[in-house]
Amino acid sequence: MNDELLRLENVFINYRVRGGYLNAVKDVSFSVNRGEIFAVVGESGCGKSTVAHSIMRLLDKNAVVLGNIKYNGKNLMELSNKQITGIRGHDIGMIFQNPLDSLNPVYTTGAQVNEAIRLDGINKLDGWKKVIELYRSVKMPDAEKRVHAYPHEMSGGMRQRVMISMMLSRNPSLLIADEPTTALDVTIEAQILEIISQLKVEFGTAVMLITHNFGLVAEVADRVAIMYAGELVEQGDVFEIFREPKHPYTRLLMKALPRGTKHEGRLQTIDGTVPRLMAIQPSCRFANRCPLAREICHNQDPAVRALSATHTYRCHFAEEEEV
Amino acid sequence: MEKMQPVIQIEHLSKHFSIDNGFFSKGKKTVKAVNDFTLNLEKGKILGLVGESGSGKTTLARVILNLTSATEGMVLVNGIDMSKCSAAQKKELRKNIAVVFQDPLSNLNPRETVMSSIIRPMVLHGMKRSLAREKAYEVLESVKMDTHYLNSYPHQLSGGQLQRIAIARALAMSPEIMILDEPTSALDISVQAQILNLLLDLQEKHQLTYMIITHDLNVIRYISDQVAVMYLGQLVEYGETKMMCSNPSHPYSKALMAASPILDPTMRGREKDIMKGDPGSLINFPSGCSFHPRCRYAEEICMQKKPEMERIDENHWARCHLCAQKTVSTTH
Repeated sequence: MNDELLRLENVFINYRVRGGYLNAVKDVSFSVNRGEIFAVVGESGCGKSTVAHSIMRLLDKNAVVLGNIKYNGKNLMELSNKQITGIRGHDIGMIFQNPLDSLNPVYTTGAQVNEAIRLDGINKLDGWKKVIELYRSVKMPDAEKRVHAYPHEMSGGMRQRVMISMMLSRNPSLLIADEPTTALDVTIEAQILEIISQLKVEFGTAVMLITHNFGLVAEVADRVAIMYAGELVEQGDVFEIFREPKHPYTRLLMKALPRGTKHEGRLQTIDGTVPRLMAIQPSCRFANRCPLAREICHNQDPAVRALSATHTYRCHFAEEEEV
Repeated sequence: MEKMQPVIQIEHLSKHFSIDNGFFSKGKKTVKAVNDFTLNLEKGKILGLVGESGSGKTTLARVILNLTSATEGMVLVNGIDMSKCSAAQKKELRKNIAVVFQDPLSNLNPRETVMSSIIRPMVLHGMKRSLAREKAYEVLESVKMDTHYLNSYPHQLSGGQLQRIAIARALAMSPEIMILDEPTSALDISVQAQILNLLLDLQEKHQLTYMIITHDLNVIRYISDQVAVMYLGQLVEYGETKMMCSNPSHPYSKALMAASPILDPTMRGREKDIMKGDPGSLINFPSGCSFHPRCRYAEEICMQKKPEMERIDENHWARCHLCAQKTVSTTH
């Protein structure tokens, strides 16, 4: 059975900038299966949002995307603008960090969700009923009243619920959630995460969760990809990666997370800084900060190696030594 | 042994803001940002202050710094009430408390070099420029940054570097107390680890007292000695970190700890008691306990009577009718 929904094959994304090209994403391949939560995690500037936006073809005009992005077997990069508009929302939904940026301040939220519903040819009145139903399904308090509320009358958590119900109204098979809870309190974050996990169970929606927060990954994701400076350094089953991180970057990062107390010692730090992404030479991008780095790391791209069928990483030496 | 005098004593502190509803509306409304807050900070300890947004954490910090005056109650720093001092005394006392904010870029002047930003407070406090420059080199080294960054402008530096500079500037006046308002929320994990290590090193070296405001419970558990939990402007629970993180008493603290993601997927199956609803309004408080509309344990008494802070154990206080009677189950 083929349950693969989205597949990225050797995707490179370069930005044309003054003085050449900036290589924001280098040779990224992964797939998202039906009904799973796939997390892409990494520090700021690692290219995780660029990858997400490239799937929806939302990148700026100066971006050059190479490689294949396939959704249900269709290559999204070959579609016309009209065709990709049909995919957006209907097949792939997207929610962002700040819902206020995505909502129109002069219309009620209900009207905006209704607009999305009516795209599928439902009449206005039935649309309103559907909006209330959707608001209930995302556990909006006082759903009947809130449909008449304007975005400014709602809290951050409620606005994110509006975005999720708007996305749900088109019933997409894939949801791309770009830092959906970063602006929210932990208590509200937990509520939104519960709704997102529920989508998987109730509607079989696949979720691609973009985040910098390993806590969220540990709580909800089925599989995870870790990115560093535009490269996908490790991916696989969440349990395996938390139990046995393989790539030196992942291993150091796991030790940098504050899990215990200060009495158990200081946190791991990673010396050095992220390299400039201007020049594309074959090398491991983590080489200048890596405690295992040898000569080969500075002048040869590491190949992808598999630890198990569900766990791959990209490093010359990871299997050899302790970090 | 005689107990040492706390460095900061907050006594029944309240801070209310009145808001004007516009020309035509009748009556003014009051935002009660901090209500009857009492807490002591001991010397050389790290206090973590947690709560949802809008719970009054930052307002409390601003009152302690005397950036805004209290409506009721008082704050004593080393036994002295700053709001009652003369301007000259105030200036002297201010040296004692430093502050580091969440977004370092917004509190450094973009048109000044790092050097002039760091020496500015020292010069304002009457230090000679040449001495202040020497001190600037010293503090930059103490935050483990190369001194050539003194000639940089804020836009040339990364978030982690800017946060180090903000800490360096706070250290310049050799304060005893540092108030850190979300010091690592804007930073990446690896940089957060560096800043937390640095803060701990400095604290041990200079015997500093920290009050750290953050919503990240993993950070709080790692760094602090005591934890204070705020809800709608009130202190609802206070205790030692270990106990507060493993077995808090107040239903709100319980829910807050339960909502915090655990960095271990094998803990995923644990029973989570996800709190319903949003934090209430600071204008119209519910009757009785202000947490009762969201509390799963709420009883008749919670809707009628306001709970007081009550001692549960040695160094452990909670504001809850039911905790005092020990009827809230201790498992979660």
